[in-house]
Amino acid sequence: MFNTKQNVVIIGGGVIGCAIARELSRYNLKIVLVEKEPDVATGTTKANTALIHAGFNADPKTLKGQLNMKGNMIFDQIVKDLHIPFKRIGSLVVGVEGDDLSELEKLLNRGRENKVEGLQIVDQKWLRENEPALSDKAKAALWAPTAGIIGPWELTLALAENAEKNGVKIMLETEVEDILTGDGDVVGVKTNRGIIKTDYVINAAGLFADEISRMAGIDKVSITPRVGEYYVYDKDRDFNVNHIVFPIPTKISKGTIVTPTVDGNLMIGPTSDIVEKKSQLGTSREGLNKVFEGAKKLFPRISLKDTIRVFAGLRAADRTEDFVIEAAENVKGFINVAGIQSPGLSSAPSIAEMVVTILKDEGLALDMKDDFDPTRKKPIHFRELSLEEKAKLIQEDSRYGSIICRCEIVTYKEILDAIHDPVGARTVDGVKRRTRAGMGRCQSGFCGPKVITILAEELGLDPTEVRKELTDSYLLSYKVKELLGSKVMDND
Amino acid sequence: MIKLYRDIVVIGGGPAGLAAACSAKEEGADKVLILERDFELGGILTQCIHNGFGLHYFKEELTGPEYAHRFIKEVEKQDIEIKLNTMVLEVTLDRKVYVVNSEDGLMEIQAGAIILAMGCRERTRGAIGIPGTRPAGVFTAGTAQRFVNMEGYVPGKEVVILGSGDIGLIMARRMRLEGADVKAVVELLPYTGGLSRNVVQCLEDYDIPLLLKHTVTEIHGKEKLEGITISEVDDKFRPIQGTEKRIDCDTLLLSVGLIPENELSKKVGVELDSVTAGPVVNEGRETSVNGIFACGNVLHVHDLVDFVTKESQMAGQWAAKYVNGKMEKRSNKLTIQVGKNVRYVIPQRIELNDQERKRIPLYMRVTKPLRAVDIVISANDNKLLSFSKPYVKPGEMIDLPLPEKIIEKLDDNSVIQVAILEKEEE
Repeated sequence: MFNTKQNVVIIGGGVIGCAIARELSRYNLKIVLVEKEPDVATGTTKANTALIHAGFNADPKTLKGQLNMKGNMIFDQIVKDLHIPFKRIGSLVVGVEGDDLSELEKLLNRGRENKVEGLQIVDQKWLRENEPALSDKAKAALWAPTAGIIGPWELTLALAENAEKNGVKIMLETEVEDILTGDGDVVGVKTNRGIIKTDYVINAAGLFADEISRMAGIDKVSITPRVGEYYVYDKDRDFNVNHIVFPIPTKISKGTIVTPTVDGNLMIGPTSDIVEKKSQLGTSREGLNKVFEGAKKLFPRISLKDTIRVFAGLRAADRTEDFVIEAAENVKGFINVAGIQSPGLSSAPSIAEMVVTILKDEGLALDMKDDFDPTRKKPIHFRELSLEEKAKLIQEDSRYGSIICRCEIVTYKEILDAIHDPVGARTVDGVKRRTRAGMGRCQSGFCGPKVITILAEELGLDPTEVRKELTDSYLLSYKVKELLGSKVMDND
Repeated sequence: MIKLYRDIVVIGGGPAGLAAACSAKEEGADKVLILERDFELGGILTQCIHNGFGLHYFKEELTGPEYAHRFIKEVEKQDIEIKLNTMVLEVTLDRKVYVVNSEDGLMEIQAGAIILAMGCRERTRGAIGIPGTRPAGVFTAGTAQRFVNMEGYVPGKEVVILGSGDIGLIMARRMRLEGADVKAVVELLPYTGGLSRNVVQCLEDYDIPLLLKHTVTEIHGKEKLEGITISEVDDKFRPIQGTEKRIDCDTLLLSVGLIPENELSKKVGVELDSVTAGPVVNEGRETSVNGIFACGNVLHVHDLVDFVTKESQMAGQWAAKYVNGKMEKRSNKLTIQVGKNVRYVIPQRIELNDQERKRIPLYMRVTKPLRAVDIVISANDNKLLSFSKPYVKPGEMIDLPLPEKIIEKLDDNSVIQVAILEKEEE
């Protein structure tokens, strides 16, 4: 498919693959990123707690411990360059009556070992003032002011767009079928769209990283999917919190988190339950109940009245419970970036830097580009503008005057841009992630039909060919009367 | 930014907005403007191509578009101004309305009075938290109705409908007429949510199974919907373990309730009723904010458009009186309180002077289906009058007249109670 050999093929268009792509695009390299779905950010990246952790949880001896805080610190520059919504609202690990409060001290000490700044144990009085909805039983908390909330898909899209701007080729709906090797070296990647010759392959395939790794003959990665379930609340609701609020963590999970989202919603979750198959991406009654009960322990007044969505995400947990980021010993040029579960989003920038170092060690010549552009144009979000700015914008382009999504106030022009941008939306959920059309309280009941029509018009498709998200997720199956076949009388 | 003044700004060009605008004009309001976000007037009626509209109001059976058309013609005849494809972004306490469209850009419209007629939206899967995967093929019934009746596309051919509200029932028949296999209508409650006539005409006539006291407990399928699990529920609506049944289907339509769209109302500080999720109003449909009126489904969810029309005419008339300085409030403001078996009563208070009226209609809903009841209206614990009904259902709104003669005699600040009592209770 490419006559010329690539230097690097990245497998997986999640936040990790896109962060690596963007980091590598600083250098004079031929890079291709392949993603099997019609969009980037459709796997674990789109369904998680959307947090940039401070970095006090993980053991300093692990990669998680070493990369989290480092990643967190890089975010200020990334969000500035790429215009990504991000707020350092700080996190609280809250101990309630009956908890072992010494756990907070342990976390504090571990955080200090991990060089997390600003950590502090706060008392009940502080909590009452700063997080008034918390339970009366809340006694003390570990406050981490550097923790933040981010839009994970906006981040991933921005990384992908910026990578593409700097020369990375992004190939969607391209599924890897095999890793080709010769004499112990990587020589190419076989995909459903042909063979891509390359010297280096980076396996950032998330949930499927073990399968990709095995294609290269490396059995080191073993992914056990662990589901996390969530509720999302309306922007307009009776209940609010100011921080990312955790309970005291258990061995395998950080517990039910209650957090605002960067877009103004509220989210509670996740659970942490092992599932048998990677296809078991769904919520369950038990899981959702667990989430709500967990949230109620910290916030007794919370109700389910204003929820607008439930979702589940699968953590791509390796059996080591740590990140697996390393060059393969036996297959030169194959690099695993696997087992990226929490704090994976927080660590994405430092993981990308680590991968660059590994590639250098593996002999890839890294020659810095003169014309690397780290910035992305600020996307226009009509709803965020003042009345004057809105008026001016419509004068410049009247398509900003046509509102398609009423709940989130998304204009026709924003949807057109989402479709025609460099890494453009091909699906209804793709439009949703880029514009928020359909993310509001009516959950695309009103704008859904309009978005389908626009996608069909802009991409030259019939509405029956428009998909929700994944490869075969067609929304409309038939034209009217089509199912009736011969039973329709023709009056002509 | 364009700045305008209009005597009355009607937000929403559906049945409520159309009727309110016409009545405001007839009552003497000069400049009446309807703001509609869609590309045509008529609101949800434009996609309701089935018949059954207008039996009460016009005494004949019309389709939704025909019903809407009668009012659209009237709007045109009365020279009422219309702005289509126009979205209201904000309403302020001093009745400025900020709107946007692609022709005029952003406009600030100062209104003499505002009539809120934004209608309602459908409750979604997320709001009721149905567990399972998130495949394509799960729609609210109203959205599916738009796809089929307006856009000309059918979501799938094996259909289950959750909820027996009117839209769910209508869509069961509509999908059946399109040649789809409608496998079941699943209802959580022990009775249907829709009108009796819809149960007969949409389900029974087509042998579509109705499963009462059941709900959808899981959604299956990764990319496209493959099936659902349904379960029986107990008296507290909890799924009963062991009763799970899988139904293969490619389409799940949700008809699980309608929610008045009051985001604009909330922002401007209009007091809302926690039961109706609409504004608290007086008998002229004026909200807690002076000069802001509300009618139709934004006020409370109706089952018959005929009552939307009647209610909106009241709102239009009083908004016109307000603008022309003819709205007088009486000294004795009366409050209406709900009693036994009553879910809500509209209006929530009575406070206007009207020399001409003989009675005030009270719109109410019952909490559960009951047979042989007396609807008893009392004030300060004295029974004033009662009405006998053979049956009452939550899905069918009750309209009762409260005579002016009775209202006149009540002391200042009286509390009127409305209760629905089963005959043997008395």
